[in-house]
Amino acid sequence: MSINATLIIQMIAFVLLIWFVNKVLWGPMSKLMEDRQKRIADGLSAAEKGKHELELAEKRAKDVLKDAKLQAQNVLSQAEKRGTEIVEDAKVKAAEEAERIKAAAQADIEQEISRAREHLRKEVATLVVSGAEKILSKEVDAKAHNEMLETLVKQI
Amino acid sequence: MGTVEYIQHHLTNNSVGSGFWTFHLDTIIVSALLGMLIIGVAMVVGRQLETGVPGGFQNFIESILDFVSTNVRDAFPGHNPIIAPLALTVFLWIWLMNFMDLIPVDLLPYLFQLAVGDSHAYLKVVPTTDLNTTLAMALVVFALVIYYSIKTKGFGGYLKMFLFHPFGKFFVPVNIVMTFIEEVAKPISLALRLFGNMFAGELVFLLIALIGGTLAVGAAALFWAPLQAILDLGWAIFHILIITLQAFIFMVLTIVYLAMAHDEGH
Repeated sequence: MSINATLIIQMIAFVLLIWFVNKVLWGPMSKLMEDRQKRIADGLSAAEKGKHELELAEKRAKDVLKDAKLQAQNVLSQAEKRGTEIVEDAKVKAAEEAERIKAAAQADIEQEISRAREHLRKEVATLVVSGAEKILSKEVDAKAHNEMLETLVKQI
Repeated sequence: MGTVEYIQHHLTNNSVGSGFWTFHLDTIIVSALLGMLIIGVAMVVGRQLETGVPGGFQNFIESILDFVSTNVRDAFPGHNPIIAPLALTVFLWIWLMNFMDLIPVDLLPYLFQLAVGDSHAYLKVVPTTDLNTTLAMALVVFALVIYYSIKTKGFGGYLKMFLFHPFGKFFVPVNIVMTFIEEVAKPISLALRLFGNMFAGELVFLLIALIGGTLAVGAAALFWAPLQAILDLGWAIFHILIITLQAFIFMVLTIVYLAMAHDEGH
């Protein structure tokens, strides 16, 4: 039980053991545990960030959707307006066309009437002359009375 | 063999040399083997460290490390990279050396005597029942305390602590004696507390072992042998608490003394 040189050996052993424990046990282990702590903290903050980003994205998506809806509404109303415009246009054009066709037909009819009138006039003149010839027999010289007949035709 | 001889035989170290230059071979070898056990296990575990989810044994070691570093953080305010490994070493080594106490008192000496072939060969397996071991650790801690005291306060500051510490400048001689006693009491109390607890524990184990050894003769063995077993079990269970507690106390006091050494206020 006495104090002796064992003390010196045990002191050396203790110091060596402290050195070794620091080198092979405490050093690597505490570094590892610190690394793990850091990794966990990083993971948590990343998750937090992801959540925040998701919120932002959701908000953005909502905005975009709202915009799209508005635009669609615009396009729709514009298209409607344009449609009515086209219909109006077509109506006006059709009316004009009808007017034009009507006018052309009128002109045609007019022309036909005047041509028929001319034809009739000539027919009547010939009839009158031939009637007169019959009445007067051969007393009337066609050549001599041509002038008178001409004026007669014009009067009819 | 008489009871006194039995106890004395168990409390004698296997030593070589004489006078101061006596070496307690059993103390040195057992404590060295336990130290190597710590390092060996640390190396085996260290080769397959897992940063992600640690496995069973690594978990166990990590919980010990966590326990030690929590104690260091609580008691040691500054930052000194030597404190935590020192505290860890103190805790693990003392606990393992104390644990030798729980191995049946006659088992290892008996096996050793068989191996050597000498039925009177000495073997004292618990290194912490040798004052040399506990005092060696206490002195290393004491050396660190002095070193860090001088490092923090300066050599002048350290001397001033001796001159003016408890009672101010009008009681210099008293102060020197008081502070000297206070400082020297640190390693002495560390060493003696651990030594005393372990030595007493070992002695109780020996006395319990004597019940079976001396009284259990013939039919009486039917009574005494079970009693010995029950007492042994009871004391061993209680001793698990003591060995852990003593290792813990040594560790905490080491941290506290070193924290005091780093305190500039004194």
